[in-house]
Amino acid sequence: MNKAAILIIDDEAQIRKLLEITLQSNDYVVNKAATAKEGLIFAASHPPDMIILDLGLPDEDGHSVLKKLREWYTNPIMILSVQSSEEDIIRALDNGANDYLIKPFRTGELLARIRSALRTAATEDSPPVVTYNDLEIDLMARTVKKNHEPVKLTATEYTLLALFVKNEGMVLTHHYLLREVWGPGYINQSQYLRVFIAQLRKKIENDPNRPEYIVTESGVGYRFVNPG
Amino acid sequence: MAGLFINKISKTRQYLISMLAVGAVAAVCYFLTPLVGYKVVGFILLLTVSLIAVIFDILPVLFTALLTSLTWDFFFIPPHFTLRVSTADDGILLAMYFVIAMVNAVLTFKIRQVEKASRQKEEKANTIKLYNTLLNSLSHELRTPIATIVGAADNLQINSSKLTAQNRHDLVTEISKASFRLNQQVENLLNMSRLESGFIKPKNDWCDINEVVYKVIKAIEENKISQKITVNINPDIPLFSLDKGMLEQVIYNLLNNAVLYTPPDSKIDIMAMAYSNVLQIIIEDNGNGFPQGEVENVFDKFYRLKDARAGGTGLGLSIVKGFTEAMGGSVLLKNVLPTGARFTLNIPGETSYFKPQEK
Repeated sequence: MNKAAILIIDDEAQIRKLLEITLQSNDYVVNKAATAKEGLIFAASHPPDMIILDLGLPDEDGHSVLKKLREWYTNPIMILSVQSSEEDIIRALDNGANDYLIKPFRTGELLARIRSALRTAATEDSPPVVTYNDLEIDLMARTVKKNHEPVKLTATEYTLLALFVKNEGMVLTHHYLLREVWGPGYINQSQYLRVFIAQLRKKIENDPNRPEYIVTESGVGYRFVNPG
Repeated sequence: MAGLFINKISKTRQYLISMLAVGAVAAVCYFLTPLVGYKVVGFILLLTVSLIAVIFDILPVLFTALLTSLTWDFFFIPPHFTLRVSTADDGILLAMYFVIAMVNAVLTFKIRQVEKASRQKEEKANTIKLYNTLLNSLSHELRTPIATIVGAADNLQINSSKLTAQNRHDLVTEISKASFRLNQQVENLLNMSRLESGFIKPKNDWCDINEVVYKVIKAIEENKISQKITVNINPDIPLFSLDKGMLEQVIYNLLNNAVLYTPPDSKIDIMAMAYSNVLQIIIEDNGNGFPQGEVENVFDKFYRLKDARAGGTGLGLSIVKGFTEAMGGSVLLKNVLPTGARFTLNIPGETSYFKPQEK
């Protein structure tokens, strides 16, 4: 039932092959490009539902390909890279990438990320009430319940949680979260984020030390996942 | 080592120090002359030349030899305060003094040159030995998982019809495990080369120590371990401004080491607390500890315990030391009673006790 079209832009034949097999066997329609030029042309002529983009392309820097795509392309873009430098990842996310995976990656992780990116793209407006396992968030009434019991959140904690829920499955950078929740003047106040994330986890996680909902992306940010 | 250090002293300084040394010795001898004769003074001055020859370059030493013969003649050999000598004996003594001082300087210099050459040769031999150890351990550590992957993949490809479903499942599991191991070794090598390049600089950001520790434990526990890890973090621990990536890697390597080298069902404790602006993390296990004679060596690059079992490149703990020191901290290893090992990390960093005020 998937049949979403995914374009892979990667210069490594082995990775293209691996992704093709993985995605096709999960009912996605796969197209492949080995260079930035090929990828940009194909994306423009047959806009896919999602693009998986490698940052290290032979003919053009992946960051610049990403920027060119983002001038008109609004569907999810996932970055695939061997460069594990945090700056690189943050830069790609700031330039409009929805997610990133570092090679080598686990297939299960890849499929989960693709599903969540496509789902988030499909539901532009979150439904008013979102439920995960034991957690229920009413975005209209601005209330949260855990095991059917109301959870008392501060205004900031709620803003943070709502932002996560609206971007379920996507990695949100420290700067993004600080800017959205506290304002542009606070983007370097990462201690605010650390403290509020810890507080929020204490209220919504079963074990705040082994979080299932708010997952840490080291050096980059946080991701809200549906533990399902 | 002394030679290396002295090489850094400039020539001008060597001349200056020699003159001061000769002046000082001469002054002391001048007050001693009522007690000892000028011939003894000659020996003391010769000793001064010998000592200077051990540490300084050839030219300053020859200069010192000349200076002491003149000093001896001028101040000590009668008649005083002239360069003349009164007896033939004194003339011969002075001439011999001069020759012996010069020969002394040249011989010492030659011995030092030979020593230097042999030291360099030895250093080169050590480097080669280290390099070979590295190659051996690396080729083993990289080739074993590669061999597993190649072999298992071949089996699946050409032997497929003869394999049971269980066989196939097992082979795939082996490929997966070997790839994980390979990736870990590459990670270690990349970290080591980052350290070796000397460009490594911590990128500090506020760290929630609870978050860092539990994240590492989660990664460790993904490999189904039999040991029990207990965490004890002071609930009032502040945020520390540290390089999160490095801190994670340090804790990961220490815990991973404990998991790899303690018997099944051992206990591993990790404790964290703050002493003003120093973060202290202790990782302690009740395994067999380290052999007493090897505790000092375990942080050396490529060092592996003499009876270490297969696996490991001897890089893990040297990365721990490298990263900890790059963060301005220190790491200490001690065996504990009755059995086990304790690693103590002390890492200084800015702290924040920020508490939000909202209700």
